[in-house]
Amino acid sequence: MKTARLSDFNFNAATRLAVLLLFIIALGCLSPAFAQDTDRTDAQMTNTPLPTYVIRNAHIVTVSGADIDNGSIVISQGRISAVGASVNAPAGAQEIDARGLTVYPGMIDLGTSMGLQEVPAVVSTDDTTELGDINPNISTIWSINPSSSHIAVTRVGGVTSVLSLPSGGVISGQAAFINLEGSSPREMSVVPEAALVVNFPRIGGGGGFFAAQQAITPDALTARDRRIEELRRLLRDAEAYGRAEDAYRKDPKSVPRPAPDLKLAALVPYVRGQRPVIFRAEREREIRAVVRFADEMKLKAIIIGGSDAWKVTSLLKERSVPVILDSVLNLPLREDDAYDALYENASKLQAAGVRFCISTGDAGAHVRDLPFQAGMAAAYGLPKDEALKSVTLYPAQVLGVADRMGSIEQGKLANLVIADGDLLEPRSNIKFLFIGGRQIPLTSRHTILNDQFKDRK
Amino acid sequence: MKRLLTLAILSALACAVASAQARGGSQARTNASGDTLIRNATVMTASHGTLPATDILIRGGKITAIGQNLKAPEGARVIDATGKYVSPGIIDPHSHSMMDGSVNECTKSVTSMANTRDILNPTSISIYRELAGGTTAALLLHGSCNSIGGQSTTVKLKWGHPAADYPVPGATPGIKFALGENPKRSNFNIAGLGVAPRYPATREGVEETIRDALTRAREYKAKWDDYRAATARGEKNLIPPRRDLELEPLVEVIEGKRFVHSHCYVSDEILMLMQVADEFGFKVRTLQHVLEGYKVASEIERHGAMGSTFTDFWGYKMEAYDAIPYNAAIMTRHGIVTTVNSDSDERARRLNIEAAKTMRYGGLTEEEALRLVTLNSAIQLGIDNRTGSIDTGKDADIVVWNTNPLSVYSHPELTFVDGEILFDRQADIARRPALEAERKQLEQAEPNRAPLQGGTPPRTPPAIRRAYTDDDDDQQQEGEDNQR
Repeated sequence: MKTARLSDFNFNAATRLAVLLLFIIALGCLSPAFAQDTDRTDAQMTNTPLPTYVIRNAHIVTVSGADIDNGSIVISQGRISAVGASVNAPAGAQEIDARGLTVYPGMIDLGTSMGLQEVPAVVSTDDTTELGDINPNISTIWSINPSSSHIAVTRVGGVTSVLSLPSGGVISGQAAFINLEGSSPREMSVVPEAALVVNFPRIGGGGGFFAAQQAITPDALTARDRRIEELRRLLRDAEAYGRAEDAYRKDPKSVPRPAPDLKLAALVPYVRGQRPVIFRAEREREIRAVVRFADEMKLKAIIIGGSDAWKVTSLLKERSVPVILDSVLNLPLREDDAYDALYENASKLQAAGVRFCISTGDAGAHVRDLPFQAGMAAAYGLPKDEALKSVTLYPAQVLGVADRMGSIEQGKLANLVIADGDLLEPRSNIKFLFIGGRQIPLTSRHTILNDQFKDRK
Repeated sequence: MKRLLTLAILSALACAVASAQARGGSQARTNASGDTLIRNATVMTASHGTLPATDILIRGGKITAIGQNLKAPEGARVIDATGKYVSPGIIDPHSHSMMDGSVNECTKSVTSMANTRDILNPTSISIYRELAGGTTAALLLHGSCNSIGGQSTTVKLKWGHPAADYPVPGATPGIKFALGENPKRSNFNIAGLGVAPRYPATREGVEETIRDALTRAREYKAKWDDYRAATARGEKNLIPPRRDLELEPLVEVIEGKRFVHSHCYVSDEILMLMQVADEFGFKVRTLQHVLEGYKVASEIERHGAMGSTFTDFWGYKMEAYDAIPYNAAIMTRHGIVTTVNSDSDERARRLNIEAAKTMRYGGLTEEEALRLVTLNSAIQLGIDNRTGSIDTGKDADIVVWNTNPLSVYSHPELTFVDGEILFDRQADIARRPALEAERKQLEQAEPNRAPLQGGTPPRTPPAIRRAYTDDDDDQQQEGEDNQR
């Protein structure tokens, strides 16, 4: 790692001169194209005008409040402009008759790598994993393929927004939060750099009869602790780098500009707790280590995985660390775990008051199964309304975008799914779909092939 | 020495846990040896519709009566299933459970001599987890590493019984064939990995490998036929042909005495295998995966093969890129006996939900969807005379569900195999505190101290079969495991 140990510096007046000497090289403006968290689904970001719609006679499951029977929703400028038992529809609004149908907010999956991997076995279609251990400065928003067949396949199942995560290394990179609509990453982007993804250093991991035995040794523990220490120092360096940048901005005449460092610059908003850091952790020991580390470093931590989260509920609640459960349908970690340990995990978190959401954890092809994973949690104790929230409002809250989506409320993005039954039931059919206020055709690679062959003699 | 002691104690722990989990089963067995009356359930028969408020009588492991207001025989256990659903036990037509990683004998392109029946592990925890998902029987298949793989075994999940009790008596034996990327090792013969390439490496090579083996089997069969005919004529001092364990099962294939269950993906290789089978005079029993079956459904129907597919698992490799979730429905509508399988110890726990998805993808009815994982599976395995539906005279392979099993909110409450309760959710939950206490006690035993407190690092059980094994997912899954 080439990062300077900036944390050793004290930026008081006495050291400014030394710093000036060290960082004498001027640098070009470092302005990442996606530096601002802007709402890219705003009307001005798209090429065609946004029509106005009024959905009538619908059963509306707002998720955030009470259901509305026989209600209406007005969509304009990409947003929900009115919702209620009766609304004033603007002149010229296109009418959608939703009699007998139910409107839900679009579902959200925070554990995907959507658009980064088309066919896992075909290496050339896989952009999930960069080389190297420390990659805070790579961002998936640059490589999301808007033409991936997974996108339409997923959205016609009612999932309208996903977080697309990089993988690999210790710091995998930054994840993009996107809507599943648009012809460029820019159009799809909701929060281009929404979270940092970290595989918290851990011992071993592989299976095998002797592997684990070799893994848990004092040497392996030392190696893990060294990697954690490296991570700690890197984050401290980023804090210092941020302070140096601030000092320079405040007084560019007398304070030197810090030498550009893309890795540290990328980390600054995360070490300041302005954006969330997603840590992958499954086992109890790892989860506790992550919570401790995040506390120490004052990070806004989210845990993804969380197979053992049910064992750590009091700690997670006390430290308000939310969990992205992407393991509902995994096999239990241990042979002697209860057969339903992971089915039940969500209901235990919910009962204990831990913030959580459910994710498929799938790269892309099977993200459409999100409602069925939430349904499985409901089959094993999670109340049905909570199961629905766990794939709509809760993921929005966990990521900090609930001001914009996750429920049917005035002013939120018009990401809406209209179904002929319970959204979580496999037998239900989706009849209408809106993303960012646009009506989306219910077609995909799969419906096209179905139409092409279903009647072939 | 210390290690040996630890190993001994940990083995004891493992045995204790396994036997404790089995304990419920053996208790239930004692009870279940008697008769059972399930009262007032909504019964989804899979053969003749859904019957409201119906009783089912189980005697001697069989369904002996279905109707209203049935009388409980003296001493019978009575289960009030008011508000609950009953379905036939789910039958998974593509499984590798109980095989503990010994799925592929991969060293040759034809391994018809290998038999899955020889390596079944009756203590595999997957069996119990699958019973807890309502699965009562499975076709255990050799993997898809080679063009002609090993022999398959049709089992009931008789948890708590010895391995010899698992195979279904009288079930037609089977063998695995495989086409496409796996037998030609497309995703494995990677330069630099040190894997020696193995013939065949093309799909035409796969066709040739199968044709070659069947040709040799036909010659071998002719030798035996000649020998037997000569013996029958009374000729003396004949030397019998040398037995060939590779070709014997293939002779059975040609004679229609052994089912071919063939792994396949794309439409042209499906057509290829059916044509080769036609030339050698047998029918392919099931096309497994058959993800592009929807493109050639008419040809499959005309050949007379059946199809066993995934509902919506797709895109994991190039040959799975044209897979669509409408496949099961399209094949069904073309008159093909179609099933949905797991090929996974994970999915095998929830095949009811995989079946339910076909109501969305292709508009199958409830009964058609249920048949995909019950009656149709039994037909494909040739055991529909004894299981696969709720009919009088069939084995009592039955699941009691909290609600409609095609609902995502369903879970099994009781699973019967041959009339025995082998999964009981309430009993399972009731056992947990005692198991937890026992586990704690064993963990605190002196030799089980943590490594950093002077203890020996624990040995973990051998790698459990990963969820997806048949396929090249082996390596992918491994990659994922390593990352996690």
